[in-house]
This record gives sequence, C-alpha cells and structure tokens, in this order.
Amino acid sequence: MVNTWLPKTCTVGRVEKLTEDTVSFTLSPDDGSEVVFEPGQFNMIYAFGVGEIPISISGGDSNNFHHTVRAIGSTSKALLNLKPGMKVGIRGPYGSTWPLRVCEGGDVVVVAGGIGLAPIRPVVQYLDDHRDKFNKRILLIGARSPDHLIFHEDIERWKEAGIEVHISVDTATPNWKGTVGVVTKLFSNIDFDAGNAKAIVCGPEIMMRFCAGEFIARGLPPEDIYISMERNMKCAIGLCGHCQFGADFICKDGPVFTYERVGKRMTVKEL
Amino acid sequence: MKELKELLMEHPFFKGMKDEHIELIAGCGKNEHYDEGTYLFKEGTPADYFYIIRQGHLALESTCPGKGAITLETLNENEVVGWSWLFEPYRWNYCGRAVQDCRVTALDGKCLRGKCENDPVIGYELLKRFSKIIISRLQESRLQILDLYK
Repeated sequence: MVNTWLPKTCTVGRVEKLTEDTVSFTLSPDDGSEVVFEPGQFNMIYAFGVGEIPISISGGDSNNFHHTVRAIGSTSKALLNLKPGMKVGIRGPYGSTWPLRVCEGGDVVVVAGGIGLAPIRPVVQYLDDHRDKFNKRILLIGARSPDHLIFHEDIERWKEAGIEVHISVDTATPNWKGTVGVVTKLFSNIDFDAGNAKAIVCGPEIMMRFCAGEFIARGLPPEDIYISMERNMKCAIGLCGHCQFGADFICKDGPVFTYERVGKRMTVKEL
Repeated sequence: MKELKELLMEHPFFKGMKDEHIELIAGCGKNEHYDEGTYLFKEGTPADYFYIIRQGHLALESTCPGKGAITLETLNENEVVGWSWLFEPYRWNYCGRAVQDCRVTALDGKCLRGKCENDPVIGYELLKRFSKIIISRLQESRLQILDLYK
C-alpha cells in the first residue's frame, strides 16, 4: 500500500527541456514501489537543500512519475537544472482528481492555459485512451507565444486521434498562422451540447474565471465546470493551513473543485 | 446561392433587427474574396467598409518600426470586423490581412453612415451591436495586457 505521508527518494530519469524556462522529467521511486496516481493529483517535490514545492503530475506509468515544471521561484529553478541520475525527495500523490469517469457519455471541453497544460496532459491522454466513452472531445490551449507552447508531439498525436484541438497565443511571432488573442476567443470555434457536457479548465486563476464565464454563457451549469486551484502549500495534507481557501484546503479538498463550489470565492481579494 | 439579405438575417450580429433595416444594410453590401496574405484594409486609410468573415480568418496588424507587422489579434469565421467607419475620423486604426483565403461580406459603411443620420433607429440598432463587439474586444485586450501566463 502506498503511504503518501512518507517522503522517499526518487531518481531522475529522462529530462526534456520544453522551453527556455520549462522542463519535463521522469522520477522513479528508489524503493521500487509501484507508481499510482490519478489525473489532477500532485506530488510535493523536494530539491535537496533548496525547498519543497507542489508539482502536478503530467503523466507516468507504473514505474515513473512524469512532471513538468516552470522555473519561477528558487525550488522550481533548481528543478529546471535536474540531470538524469540526480536525486529528489517526493511525497504524494495528493489531492482530488479530474472527474473523468463522471465525464463519460457526453461532450468534454478541456481548456488549458500556459503551464496548465501539464496537469491536463493525463486528462487528454485518458480521452485518447477511452475515446469510445465520450462524444465530442475538445481541447483549447492558450499560450503566451508560440515559443511558450509545450508538448508539441503530444498535441500532434491528440489531433491524429480525433481530438478537436484549438490553440491561441497572446503574442504572435511572424511565422505564426494560428489564432492570436486570449484563450476565451477560441470558444467561438467550438460547438458542444451544454446539456450533456463537462468542462475541465486549468491555468491562471483569472483565465479559469473568464473561461467559466464563457461556459456559463453557453448554458453549462457551474457544477459541470471543473477547475484546478493553486495556493502556497507546505504540508499538503490539510494540517498547516497555508493553502486555505475559504472553507477548503486546496491541498486536501482540491486542487480540483467544481466552479460551483469555489467560483464566488475567486473574486474575493482577501482570499 | 443565398441572397445577401438571407445571409445577414442568419448572422447573430443582425439577430432581432427589423427586416426592412436588414434589407437596407444588404443594399450596401457585396461579397468579396481575398487571397492569403492580401490586405482588406490598411492603417490610416479611409474606413468606408466593415466586414463579416464568412470563411477563413484575418489578422489585425500594426506596423512597428524595426519589428515589421505585429499581429494584435486574429478574427475568425462569423466575426464582424471594423467599426472605424462609424466614428470620426473614419480611418482604419490597424491593418487587416487575410491569414488564409478569406470570403467576406463587405458592407459599405460610408453609405450606411448617411442612412444612420437620416434614420436614427437603424443608427441606434447598429451602434448597440457594435458597442457589444467593442466591449468584448476591450475585455479580451485587457486580459491580454495582464500577460496571464508570465
């Protein structure tokens, strides 16, 4: 049985630099324990001597976690410099999961902004692996610029698998032929059955709020919109209170919530 | 092939507008085709038309010395392009380039301006509809300025 309270060391396997400040790497537990996780969950990753931060799981198999990190603070910057064979500490997986089984039988619209595509990656993989269980499978991706787009190979594979993918960038480069503008702009391109659909949204909080507004305007009830929240986490098990968000702890009750549950709190400045 | 009036009646922009007004607007319209890379309009030139994109998409661009043309936003099928015809000095603020082959309905704003002056009801109807588009683009621009993914 996996004891998610105990930290363990992991060895870094494959490392892939995705952009100048974003890297993906695999981690295999040194004790040989089986890797078990659900899409939407996260691990606390400890860069020795620097610090520990929550990082969502962007994929994996029974031997490896796949993580994707964007360098923002000191710990994530240390993780950016990981090399194969190096060690990190890991606790997890923690947190609630994307409601993939609940989504079955209808349309699914997934929206990912920036590094938010990382926790979405296993979701889209699930949609690909279980294509018969869904009607329309739509993925909207927003990125800062074409140079900041990640998972190019996955995106091509998802398109080939029949997933409807639309991409928008906030700032274009001269050779970019796609959509320019905020990710909500892509809503005019898509059609889904609001009476039998679920939305999964992951990205910056304001982006998720505006996307939820678009979904609601299209007739989707807030209880069918799922978002993934972020706050500064320390213990990851609902004890320290660092990630408290109103009546919920993001680490324990989230990070995945329905918009119905947390939407109103997202406009409260003090939270 | 559908008449221009029919096409306009089916478009959400004209939803709820009186038949006679749509007929009048259709009378100022024509269908056009632009090859990929060609310009529908250029910054600073008289804004005599607005467009409804029927197929393809176009980029709103601004020219910046040393950087060339910068795409500020792209506009997709069914979107309405251009409100400069409605406001003085009636000149385009940006360039509009077909990113791919584009089919559009071009509506003569210069002609419509006169009709709006003579019939404030149609003028108000158009103003309401364009205000909605302007608000939506303003919201999008504000979000873009936030540089959310930084």
